[in-house]
Formats: sequence, C-alpha cells, structure tokens
Amino acid sequence: MSHIDIELDTLRGKLMEMWDLVEYQLQSGREAMLNADHDLARKVVKLGKKVNNYDVKIDRMCENLLALYTPVAVDLRLVLATLKINANLERIGDTAEGISMYVQNRVGTYNPEMLDITRAVIMYDEALAMFHDCRLAYIANDTDQARAILKRDKMLNKIYRKSEDIIAHYLRNNPASIEEGLALLSIIKKLERVGDQVTNISEEIIFYQDAKVVKHKSKKKNKDKEDRSDDMQSQ
Amino acid sequence: MSKKFYKLESKNLNAFYGSFHALKNINMAMEEKAVTAFIGPSGCGKSTFLRTLNRMNDYIDGFRVEGDILLDGRDIYGRDVRVDELRKEVGMVFQKPNPFPKTIFENVVYGLRIQGIKDKRVLAETAENSLRQTALWEEVKDKLDQSALALSGGQQQRLCIARALAISPSVILMDEPTSALDPISTAKIEELIYELKQAYTIIIVTHNMQQAGRVSDYTAFFYIGELVEYAKTKTLFTSPKHERTQNYITGRFG
Repeated sequence: MSHIDIELDTLRGKLMEMWDLVEYQLQSGREAMLNADHDLARKVVKLGKKVNNYDVKIDRMCENLLALYTPVAVDLRLVLATLKINANLERIGDTAEGISMYVQNRVGTYNPEMLDITRAVIMYDEALAMFHDCRLAYIANDTDQARAILKRDKMLNKIYRKSEDIIAHYLRNNPASIEEGLALLSIIKKLERVGDQVTNISEEIIFYQDAKVVKHKSKKKNKDKEDRSDDMQSQ
Repeated sequence: MSKKFYKLESKNLNAFYGSFHALKNINMAMEEKAVTAFIGPSGCGKSTFLRTLNRMNDYIDGFRVEGDILLDGRDIYGRDVRVDELRKEVGMVFQKPNPFPKTIFENVVYGLRIQGIKDKRVLAETAENSLRQTALWEEVKDKLDQSALALSGGQQQRLCIARALAISPSVILMDEPTSALDPISTAKIEELIYELKQAYTIIIVTHNMQQAGRVSDYTAFFYIGELVEYAKTKTLFTSPKHERTQNYITGRFG
C-alpha cells in the first residue's frame, strides 16, 4: 500500500466516524421529538461539540494532504469531495441539534393528528433513510445508489411545500396549538434542508468516483453542458 | 472545414534501436506557441521521441525511424532536409547545463559564429536580446567576457536557453531542463518557459509531474513506447481517461 493510500484511508475513516456520530444525532433527534425525551435531546445537543471537533480535524487533514502530497486526479477529487461532505455532515448535525432544542423547549409530545396530516414523521424517516443509504453509497463507491438518492429528495420537498398550508389550516381550527404548529413547521423546514444536504453529499460521491459534476444540473437541464464537459474531452 | 494548423505532427511514427522497438506508432499533433509536456516512467520513449523531433538520434548506431514527423507541414526526415538547417529551427536544451568552456558572450553567439556571422553589432545585439529573454542580462551584463563556467547552475541553464534562442528557432525542445537545479532556479526556468511560449513552441520532457502541471498546456503520457494519453494538461491531471495514466500520475505505478 502506498504512502498516500494510507493517508487517504485514514481520512476516509475519520469521515466515517463523524458520519456515525451525525447519524446517531439525527436518529436520536427523531426519538427525542416523538417521545418528548429531554435527556436524549440534551445528549444530541452535547454531541455537537464532538462533531465540531471532527469538522475541524478533517479540514486540517485535507489541508495537510493538499500541502504535503499534492494529490491529483482521483486522489484530488477525494480530498475535495471530503472537504464538502465534511461541511454538509456538520450542517446535518446542527439540524439534529436544532430539532432537539425544539424538544427541550416543549413539555409534551406533538399532537398525533398534526404529525399525521403534515406527514412529518414519514418525512423524517425518509430523510434518515436517505442519509443512511448515502453512507452506504460512500462506503461502496456506488454512484448508482448516489444518483438514486438525488431523486428521492423530491418527496421531502413535496411534503415541505404542502406543510405550510396544512398547518395554517389546522391552526385556524385549533388556535391553542399555535406554538406547537410553528415548532413543527420549523422542524419540517429543517428536514427539507437535510434532504438538500444529503443530495449535496451524493453529488460529491459522484464527482469523486466518476469525475462528473452533477450539481445544479436538474435546474439548468442540459443547456450549458459545455462549461465543464468541454474540459473533459481529450485531444 | 479547414484543417487545423499544428506546428509539429507525428504520423505513424515508429523508432528502433537495432531490434528494440522504442516508439510504437505515435500519432500526435503539437500546437504552435504552446507548451507540450511529455511524461512517463524511465524507458517509456519520451526522450527518444523528443530527440527524433530534431533528429538528435541520427548518429546513434542502429537507430532508425519509420513514419513522418512534420514541422510546419514538412517532413523533417525528408531527403531534401539538411540537419543543420533543421536544428536552426528546432533548438534544444538538455538536462544538465552544458555551457562551452568559453566566455558568456561567446556561448550565446556560438550558433551565429557557426553560421558565419561576423558583424559585431549583430552579435552584440543578438547576445543582449537572448540574455534579456532569459532574464539573465541584468545578472551578467558586466561580465560578458568572463567564463560561463563561473556562473551558478541555474544561470548556466538560462545561458544555454539563451544560446538556443540566439539562432532564432521556432521550436525549443527541453529534456528535463530543471532536474539538476535547486527550487529557486527551477522556478526561474519555469517562469521563463511561461514567457517564452508567447513566441516559441516548447516541448518539455519532465519527471516532475507538478512541473508538467505548472508549465504545460498539453501533456502526453508515454508508457513502454506507446502514447497512452494526450490531453489538455488540466484534463489529464484532474480526470485522466486511462487507468494507466491515473496510476502513474497518482504515484501508484507497478
């Protein structure tokens, strides 16, 4: 095994450790929210510090790799992708903390009817499943799976777009639940962001493995295909 | 559609040292006023290829080439081509600085003297121009009559480049021009290459991958006599097409 392979493996290992922590945070955020479990919520928030340490450590490892090994091609793409995945993981961790803070600010559990009509739990489960599958795609270098995750984000967006009207309508009939409704709306908004961040991570996996830039492609369609693909052609 | 003009073109080029097949069917076109780098492990044929571009291998026993090398569309191995005329057009700089044991001035104007130019004004002007182009003028203008061997290694190499420029070639071949130099001299030569490509077509063989990345516009990767991949440098170093290229540039060879 060459010298740089050992360094890159260590980097990947560090990122996986952070990934596990963040997955635990997000998963526990869900449990804490559904069970109004304040202890668990406190634990999630506390873990944020550890995640931040990983964030700093991984950035530093990437900086060192770039400076000392001047990686190229697939190695360079791995380092660049790791930098971005790291940033997105850290944000997902923050989201889990944010959700847990909403839990800490409330006494009881959420009204089951409101959870049901907004499909908030379904949304949370899908966000968790996407995040989990994204991790598997990263470990297996499976870009097909990464591409599949990009499509799944649409479901989260759909639930998010409808949630505002649904909650507004519910609150009109149940004015006593305003605080609860607003908190749930904020959580749904955060979960929508998790979907975006998992999408970003999937895009980085594709970039690292296939040297293809897929981000921003869905909006622009194939209109400006030329910007980067032109560079990709050899003589 | 008009055909694109290339400064140098190699067509179905094969080269042999006796029975050893050193270059296998090389087809590539090199752009004018650009820097093309050749990379590859030792023995891959990159230096042999570089040297066929100004027929440096002609006098090696048992060496022969098949196929064509076109300079401005004209075959340099054609019967009507005189090697000394060719080398006026295609200059060369070697791995180790090789100044002649003469004064700095005489080193620079050596090629002109061979051509029979005696006009002192022409010689002096050419010497100054060439030394300015290699950013050496300010350093040596007061000691032109001193021995070139007293210069530092980096200065000697820039002097050799000045000597190559003095006969106004259009192509400059460089065979690992900085491998014997310290990082500061290396940086100066690299700066120089960057400047010179505005006026010259430069082909450089280098073992330093980062150097190829820094100075060249195009990179060709050779392996056991074959041209494996030839692309824009930024493409080759970010997303090479062939696994062999990737293994080589990422240091995972063999």
